[in-house]
Amino acid sequence: MHPKLDINLAGIRMKNPVMVASGTFGYGPEYSGLVDLNKLGAIVVKGISLQPWGGNRTPRLVEVPGGLINAIGLQNPGVEGFCEKYMPFLRKHDLAVIVNIWGKTVEDYAEVAARFSDVEGVHALEVNISCPNLKAGGSAFGTNLEATARVVSAVRARTRLPIIPKLAPNVSDIGAFARICVENGADALSLINSFPAMAINVETRRPVLANVTGGLSGPGIHPIAVKLVYEAAKAVKVPLIAIGGITSAKEALEFIIAGATAVAVGTANFTEPQTALRVVDGIADYLKRHALPSVDALIGSVRL
Amino acid sequence: MHIENGKVLQHIPIGAGYKVLTLELPVIAAAARPGQFIHLRIASLPDAVLRRPFSIYRVEGGTLSILYKAVGRGTEAMQPLASGEILSVLGPLGNGFPLPLPAGRTPVLVAGGYGVAPLYYLARKLQTKGVLFVGGAKAADVLLEDEFRALGWDVEIATEDGSRGVKGLVTVPLDAWIKTGRTESALECFACGPNGLMKALGHRAVEGGFKAWLSLDRHMGCGVGACLACVQKVRIDGEDTLVRVCKEGPVFEARDVIWED
Repeated sequence: MHPKLDINLAGIRMKNPVMVASGTFGYGPEYSGLVDLNKLGAIVVKGISLQPWGGNRTPRLVEVPGGLINAIGLQNPGVEGFCEKYMPFLRKHDLAVIVNIWGKTVEDYAEVAARFSDVEGVHALEVNISCPNLKAGGSAFGTNLEATARVVSAVRARTRLPIIPKLAPNVSDIGAFARICVENGADALSLINSFPAMAINVETRRPVLANVTGGLSGPGIHPIAVKLVYEAAKAVKVPLIAIGGITSAKEALEFIIAGATAVAVGTANFTEPQTALRVVDGIADYLKRHALPSVDALIGSVRL
Repeated sequence: MHIENGKVLQHIPIGAGYKVLTLELPVIAAAARPGQFIHLRIASLPDAVLRRPFSIYRVEGGTLSILYKAVGRGTEAMQPLASGEILSVLGPLGNGFPLPLPAGRTPVLVAGGYGVAPLYYLARKLQTKGVLFVGGAKAADVLLEDEFRALGWDVEIATEDGSRGVKGLVTVPLDAWIKTGRTESALECFACGPNGLMKALGHRAVEGGFKAWLSLDRHMGCGVGACLACVQKVRIDGEDTLVRVCKEGPVFEARDVIWED
């Protein structure tokens, strides 16, 4: 028996539930020499804003126990630069293309969404309301219910593409944020973004990152992400894309059992670029071993 | 770009904490060029999420060597590596030094500490012999002098504490050598070393009007251009732009680099 790996995520057909997370896989070509993109369910490209953006000063990245802290600051070529430079490449591949979008104002988000609406080959928009590395926008939206509602509804009004808000982990009630996104038109949710974090060089007493603070990702945040996915799944019916510390099929399966429809591999791409492919194989093996007909049969199946 | 499991063939201390690690890497070795680097996963640090980048020091047949020193958690963990152990290697990465050398140019190599490693690989590929200016904090940090002399290169030495050669940065003997009647426009400089040295040399090259190719060392994440951790500001055709040291570099022409720190 060959279990069915394909899923329908808010109308997006994916051959398997495994994606690569925004900011950890570039725009597609970077890892294409090592990873056959046609074997991935989807790519979520690095965050795109209306205009090109230079990001933060360096150092932008530091390894810490359990993962890394980044403060890249959403450097990107802007909507036009991205479409010109990378969409022709992505269109040649058989995978869903989800574009992560961000802005400094509600209107920025809505305008970026509108621009992508008619771009051939874009399957959905992941709305980044939770980047910890922006002074304006980013998590300033994603940790405030009213601001979250404003961004999501503004984006909804300007595009017919499925919209997937990406939730911040540092909130007291993830269910409330999940619900308000759905009430304002979200088709699915991504969770979680990285945790606000900081590292200090004790010899110099200076912050390691030029931005002072950054976002923590990697294996250390995985159990926290499982709990938040579990809570969000109880709060809403829309499909969830789970992100946080996946290094093998085991963590991906935990997410699916907790209630996620799909998963995204992030930091592990840097460690082992072929992690996502191994996760796909590992999920297939698991379904066979447990005589499950499909991924769907596993979603939210946690036994309490 | 390949991922290859490399067997450790040799791991030899060469004094003052420096070591040469030689791996069996037939695929990566066949594709490598001077100035490129490899990204190592350190098997004894399974919880480390980042690989570690190393310049390529030597390529012989199907083997590839790096020359390194313990400077942090990753390189500390590499110390006990023994023959037969297997390491996951990503490479070759980045753009190397531009070859061939333009006709009529004299190659000048400028190195600080283990920055001399990729320059040795380059020297072995260059048809023309030239001069190596090599420096370090102290005498023990002056590496590969004998190896360069064996290739027929002249070697000029400087140390910051004056314990070997001229006291100061290697730009001091370089300046003195240029003043012995060298035509700066006939020089082609290739350099690798600490940021301070690269910056000093970069300014010197721009002022003196000689071409200098600098291999920059920036804190890297992915090594393939995806994470945008190692960006460097450069000016190309009059326009400031951020490029990725791992992908568009690590070698840049001195006049393009904008030094911010």
